[in-house]
Amino acid sequence: MSRNHVSTTVNGDRVEFLCETGQTLLEALRDELRLTGTKEGCGTGDCGACSVMVDGRLVCSCLMLAVEAEGKAIETVEGMADGDTLHPLQRKFIEHAALQCGICTPGILIAARALLARNPDPTEAEVRFWLAGNLCRCTGYHKIVDAVLDAAREMRGG
Amino acid sequence: MRYEVPKTLEAAIALLAGANGRGRVLAGGTDLLIQLRSGRAEPELLVDVKAIAEMRAVEAAAGGYRVGAAVTCMELIENEAFARAWPGIVDGVKYIGSIQVKGRATMGGNLCNASPAADSVPALIAAGAVACIAGPQGRREQPVEAFVTGPGKTTLAKGELVVSFLLPRRAPRSGDAYLRFTPRTEMDIAVVGAAVNLTLDDKGVCGSARVSLGAVAARALLVPEAAAALIGTRVDAVALARLAAAASAACKPIDDKRGTKEYRIKVAGVMAERAAVIALERAGRQI
Amino acid sequence: MSNMLKYEEKALKIVGTRPLRPDGVDKVTGRARFGADYNLPGQLIGKVLRSPHAHARIKSIDTSAALALPGVKAVVTRDDFAEMPDELAAVGELMINFRDVTRNMMAREKALYDGHPVAAVAATTDSVAQAALALIKVEYEVLPHVIDVVEAMQPGAPLLHENQYTQGVKPRPERASNVAKRLEFGRGDVAAGFAAADVIVEREFNTKPVHQGYIEPQACLASYSADGQAELWTSTQGHFVFRAQCAKVLQMEVSKIRVTPTEIGGGFGGKNNIYNEALAIALSRKSNHPVKMVMTREEVFRGTGPTPGANVKVKLGATRDGKITAAEAELNFQAGAFPGSPVNQASMCAFTRYDLENVRVVGNDVTVNRPKVAAYRAPGAPIAVFGVESVIDEMAKKLGLDPIEFRLKNAAREGTQTYYGPKFGAIGYIQTLEAARAHPHYSAPLAPNQGRGVATGFWFNIGNETTCSLNLQEDGSLTLNLGTIDVAGGSRASMAMMVAEELGIAYERVRPTVGDTSTLGFNFLTAGSRSTFASGMACVIASRQVIEKLRQRVAKIREVPLEAVAWKDGQARPVDGGVAQFAPMSLTEVARMAGKTGGTIAGHAEINAQGAGPGFGAHIVDVEVDRQTGSVKILRYTVVQDVGKAIHPAYVEGQMQGGAAQGIGWALNEEYVYGDDGVLQNPGFLDYRIPVASDLPRIDTVIVEVPNPNHPYGVRGCGEVPIIAPMAAIANAIENATGLRLCEQPFSPPRVLKALDQAAAAKG
Repeated sequence: MSRNHVSTTVNGDRVEFLCETGQTLLEALRDELRLTGTKEGCGTGDCGACSVMVDGRLVCSCLMLAVEAEGKAIETVEGMADGDTLHPLQRKFIEHAALQCGICTPGILIAARALLARNPDPTEAEVRFWLAGNLCRCTGYHKIVDAVLDAAREMRGG
Repeated sequence: MRYEVPKTLEAAIALLAGANGRGRVLAGGTDLLIQLRSGRAEPELLVDVKAIAEMRAVEAAAGGYRVGAAVTCMELIENEAFARAWPGIVDGVKYIGSIQVKGRATMGGNLCNASPAADSVPALIAAGAVACIAGPQGRREQPVEAFVTGPGKTTLAKGELVVSFLLPRRAPRSGDAYLRFTPRTEMDIAVVGAAVNLTLDDKGVCGSARVSLGAVAARALLVPEAAAALIGTRVDAVALARLAAAASAACKPIDDKRGTKEYRIKVAGVMAERAAVIALERAGRQI
Repeated sequence: MSNMLKYEEKALKIVGTRPLRPDGVDKVTGRARFGADYNLPGQLIGKVLRSPHAHARIKSIDTSAALALPGVKAVVTRDDFAEMPDELAAVGELMINFRDVTRNMMAREKALYDGHPVAAVAATTDSVAQAALALIKVEYEVLPHVIDVVEAMQPGAPLLHENQYTQGVKPRPERASNVAKRLEFGRGDVAAGFAAADVIVEREFNTKPVHQGYIEPQACLASYSADGQAELWTSTQGHFVFRAQCAKVLQMEVSKIRVTPTEIGGGFGGKNNIYNEALAIALSRKSNHPVKMVMTREEVFRGTGPTPGANVKVKLGATRDGKITAAEAELNFQAGAFPGSPVNQASMCAFTRYDLENVRVVGNDVTVNRPKVAAYRAPGAPIAVFGVESVIDEMAKKLGLDPIEFRLKNAAREGTQTYYGPKFGAIGYIQTLEAARAHPHYSAPLAPNQGRGVATGFWFNIGNETTCSLNLQEDGSLTLNLGTIDVAGGSRASMAMMVAEELGIAYERVRPTVGDTSTLGFNFLTAGSRSTFASGMACVIASRQVIEKLRQRVAKIREVPLEAVAWKDGQARPVDGGVAQFAPMSLTEVARMAGKTGGTIAGHAEINAQGAGPGFGAHIVDVEVDRQTGSVKILRYTVVQDVGKAIHPAYVEGQMQGGAAQGIGWALNEEYVYGDDGVLQNPGFLDYRIPVASDLPRIDTVIVEVPNPNHPYGVRGCGEVPIIAPMAAIANAIENATGLRLCEQPFSPPRVLKALDQAAAAKG
């Protein structure tokens, strides 16, 4: 069976890969590009562990075909820090102990960054509803919410 | 499995017609990818319609709106003018999955997937939306309430696809709302969905109304008896109680892992009442 | 030398503070590697064929078409695995019947649940592997199935195991049964106790299986070499236990398997047992390629152990003045397809919070056609306590006593004789109750349709086999190699904190890692809330060995007697008023000279940690009930818990919040839904509903510290206690809001609405 050739941009880098038509963007990122920071928790769009940005939109990469990435700009957790300078959200998550096992963390960071880009001063309720698509089984979400609100405060210059 | 990205509607129709029923439209893909993964769908061809301009636009049309079938939920939610005119439709769209899912999912896909619990459908029906369809035989239009015929089944013939939705001109003092019941606050499939669209006259009396219920029958229902309970009233407690009773009476639900028959019947009335109160408040805001 | 170190009260510099965890940056950047993130050149993808039937005899398996498919390199079935004897074998502290382990891993005579593995393939790609599965022909003889625990206990129920006779019953029964074991705990005379009671409350409860719900599906990568050695990377709570299980079922020498634990994306007990690991090694052996096996979410639900569903009967008697005179319970637990539910632990936990003279608990371990159950955070206790703490609450109400007051009147304390064996040493139940009562949450006002509930939990916490090694590097930094898996990110940090505290140096100078099985001796699982206690104990022992050696080196270098050398604040100094003076030496200075003065300075520990301290928790919850829909909203939640000593308070808080959140999900929405055909209907996160961020409020925490006398820092452990109380607390809150006593879990909206309507109909 012949595979599809896809050219796309990931975290600002031009990349190419081959994939089957039925492969998802998540599988291509992890298995073809070896960017394993984005995780599979369910494969059906119910847990958000596979969250990435596509052309500035927060999406589940398990619900997108790899071929649909042609010509798009993809952002994953690997591109969130600036060299070895962590993004405020990444720093605040560590400071607030907002991660335990850490498997949901990449997806939540990507989702939280998307929230703050759109709404720099969210209420706690807005944070919780925005993150409803990101399941966490370890933390009960309490410290995650604290970390997001604190990062938002810092990013606003507060 | 082939993947094609036609730039025009004509090209898309030709591809679908050529696939002779073994092709599927790919818009947001949030239902289709799950079906591909589980083996429930095994198409030979995927026709990605996201490059077709008229399917991606939201524009004023004939005093109302034309919403492309491949406009994403997030795009529609962010369209302030549309959200002001049809907050009930936006309510429904807001309930579809997560922010991530809404970043890709579309009303066209939500309708054509034809789940009885689809969240955007009842409000479209209550709004009097019309589906604009194109295929090898040309274009046609169909009210949304007639489009779905059963779970997973629509009136689309081979090679046809939904191109856009037409929303009529909005009369002054109109309001619509959609509410659903789910066990969690987000991320669930609706156990019951209720949409109410109403217009008040200049004395605050309801002159016209449409009520639609989701997840309580094989497809979303338009319930004239429920609307009748509101028309000619000030949508007071007595009218609301009659609305609830009519909504419950119209249900033909099933028992499944998401809810029992008796639960759905009961809660349909509750949701219809609560949706009507919100629709009233939205209509009244314009007095 | 006694292994165990007793508690010493002292001023602490690092323990009790909140430094950053050592693995944090990797986890927030995506650099950390979990089970599915490992790859080897030339690897194949392994997939499992699972039974679609709840109960069926497997008459034949034809893999020829699958093997012939291009890209398929190996197929395994029951024929590839040796028969295991029917006998209990020790895997460290755990007793396992390997006859069951091998059968759960791959069915032999029968498929015993929807999802039971029947065959596995290794192929070049995922899609080829899936296609190969579809080509395997299995001939099933479908049998009647049973999934309800009470039904399964009846004579005449479909029988899972023809040779299973109920243990614990005398004389031995003549007929085989689904009841694998009956056990009984107790003391005193319950009949007399009930006779002496003024008020008796008796209730029956039913619960459904719930899954641990870890977000990371099981994943492993195996590489078998032609010389008979295997490497295995896997996401696990216990790499030594996994090694032991694999070695046994594959009939390999333990040292020939090297297991590297990956970062683990949640376990909660569900990753205490092998599933695909031995299959991956076997496929690698057969195909001569590495084999990677990652479960889908559906497989996780259909094939890995949930916690049992159960039927629980509780009876309590008390006198008017609030003294409990008798307590009785019957716990009937689903074990799933093979024996081994946690009915044992549940029986021991049911009433243990109270000082009781007359207690009787009977437990039944019952096999049913469902996946074999696995541990889930305080296994069994939440189920038993749901029943008991609901009845406690009902009794308090009948007696007109405040719920906390009633518990205090009967509270277990130091010296209380438990009904399952030991006598309590110093424990913190009373302090926990008093802290809950004093919390502002307990007396905050409530609005209509709102209610407040309280419930308490107890868990033993454990110690067990633990090893570690601590090496001082040439620049004065230290590497700490741990054998205990760090599931939640707190334990690597906490171990490094204890070492730094002992040595008197900066926390950042201690670099903790979890070593693979070739680097240390046997370590038990990260389970039983044991890691901070047991691994901490080992780290302190190793640290004190290092200090001893440092003193010896300094004595040699400075040419003074050993007794003149003290170690304080990271330095060797003369003992105050001691026999000799000398210029102090820092850790770094001694380290630089280590090679020349005798070699690397290191400490290590191999212990079986004893003296774990029981933990107690008290939860307060406010709910609001929507009377028109039956929806229950959690408004406010407070967790109060005695942890002995919080080494790193932020991670202790995290355990309390996470456990409470799991308990809330268990109470409100989580359940396995089966059809009449015995097939699981909700094997996904859409219809298996765990709490999302918008479902929960903030979860406030109060850490109580009543030191465990058997740990140098007083640690008891904290991970399991917080999941025990939520179900009962929420049931009690719903009762407080509506007058309804709910005895069926989950308290989903249809159940609540039905109960509300029935109550209204009864009144009107």
